[in-house]
Amino acid sequence: MKKVSVSFTLNGDPVTAEVPATWSLLKTLRETFELTGAKEGCGVGECGCCTVIVDGDAVNSCLYPIPEIEGRSVTTVEGIVGKEGAMHPLQTAFLENNAVQCGFCTSGMIMSAKALLDKNPDPKEEDIRASIAGNFCRCTGYVQIVEAIQMAAKKK
Amino acid sequence: MIDYDYKIPTSLREAIGLLKEYGNNAALIAGGTDVMVKVRNTRNAPGVLISLRRLNDLRYIQKKHGYHIGALTTHRMLEQSDLVKSELSALHDAASRLGSVQIRNVATLGGNICNAAPSADTAGPLLVLGATAVLEGPKGRRSVPLTEFFTGTYQTVRQPDEVLVEFNIPEEMGRFGSAYWKHTRRKAMELPLIGIAVAMRLSEDRGKILDARIALSVAAPTPIRASLAEEFLKGKPFNDEVLQEAGRIASSKDCCSIRTSLRCEAWYREEMVRVFVPRMAKLAVERSKNP
Repeated sequence: MKKVSVSFTLNGDPVTAEVPATWSLLKTLRETFELTGAKEGCGVGECGCCTVIVDGDAVNSCLYPIPEIEGRSVTTVEGIVGKEGAMHPLQTAFLENNAVQCGFCTSGMIMSAKALLDKNPDPKEEDIRASIAGNFCRCTGYVQIVEAIQMAAKKK
Repeated sequence: MIDYDYKIPTSLREAIGLLKEYGNNAALIAGGTDVMVKVRNTRNAPGVLISLRRLNDLRYIQKKHGYHIGALTTHRMLEQSDLVKSELSALHDAASRLGSVQIRNVATLGGNICNAAPSADTAGPLLVLGATAVLEGPKGRRSVPLTEFFTGTYQTVRQPDEVLVEFNIPEEMGRFGSAYWKHTRRKAMELPLIGIAVAMRLSEDRGKILDARIALSVAAPTPIRASLAEEFLKGKPFNDEVLQEAGRIASSKDCCSIRTSLRCEAWYREEMVRVFVPRMAKLAVERSKNP
């Protein structure tokens, strides 16, 4: 098994990992760093449950080859909490607006929404819908999720 | 167990050198949204993946004696480019509807074309825009018109030691209007059931069709131009009757070989070609600048 050593920034901290070259970013986050917020749903870039932010852009971490992460900056859902574990405004809005049912899609939804709000703090509904078009929710439907993102945008 | 090595060259020359060194044992990877799925599911995973991701000087959209788009340009860059939106509209339509934001952030134009799926969203627009693909290998560069690029389903003229580096679109395409319709059941995360791209150029009084280009995806083993329908339109008056006849010709066996697949029956695909060739032609004309 050919291994690679990668150094990158993970939720603000410099880290290094030595993992097989065939691993994805998702697998490394879950197996090496035990960050299980990002999840594998489909494993082929359709469901968005594995969404994390790399250098400011939302990406499917299941399709992101780990050797490519060298020198980049990764933010996962674990990295968006505030001081002393205070929830991020998006997390609060999701809870208050009943935008969570089983929760499997939630961390991906929140990371896609965060990537949007970081670049566009005052998005239109169509911008929000476009930003989460690659995140599937199979329980609550999307209305409360869109409203939660709108709520978080207003709070900011 | 799948076990491959992963090389990240930092220059095009280095990438071509690695291709030469590893030969048939190597495969190229750019954004990885197709390749990562492929290498995971196949027992024929390559011995080495050679990444193009750090070749950042192949990510550009330029207008200078025509349009030049680097092969590593992401769909997100195309989607956010005002130049692409206003002057290469069909390509903008396709780039904005491919996959999701997460996919578009990494997936490249060169990758979409080299993967050569019959459903490749950007292929139809590049075909109607008269694009040429530039390949670079150990022996230098060569240009291939996109009409000759696809040799079969998932097959292209690219040789194992070549890298696709750029697309060139002739300056005159700025005087056309163009549009692409991706016909899908859902609004997002879909492959087209059928894809229709049209580029149009009318006379100054907008009464006569000077030039027309039509391309179809998922209508044959490769994305194709509907040449007979294009020839029919040239010189004709711009009206509904003429456009409908062009749609009929484009959907006929003379132009394409539409088939029934798991995702869609043939009769429906044919019907949608007849419906959307006229609609896209009108949208293309609406978008065209003064001829």
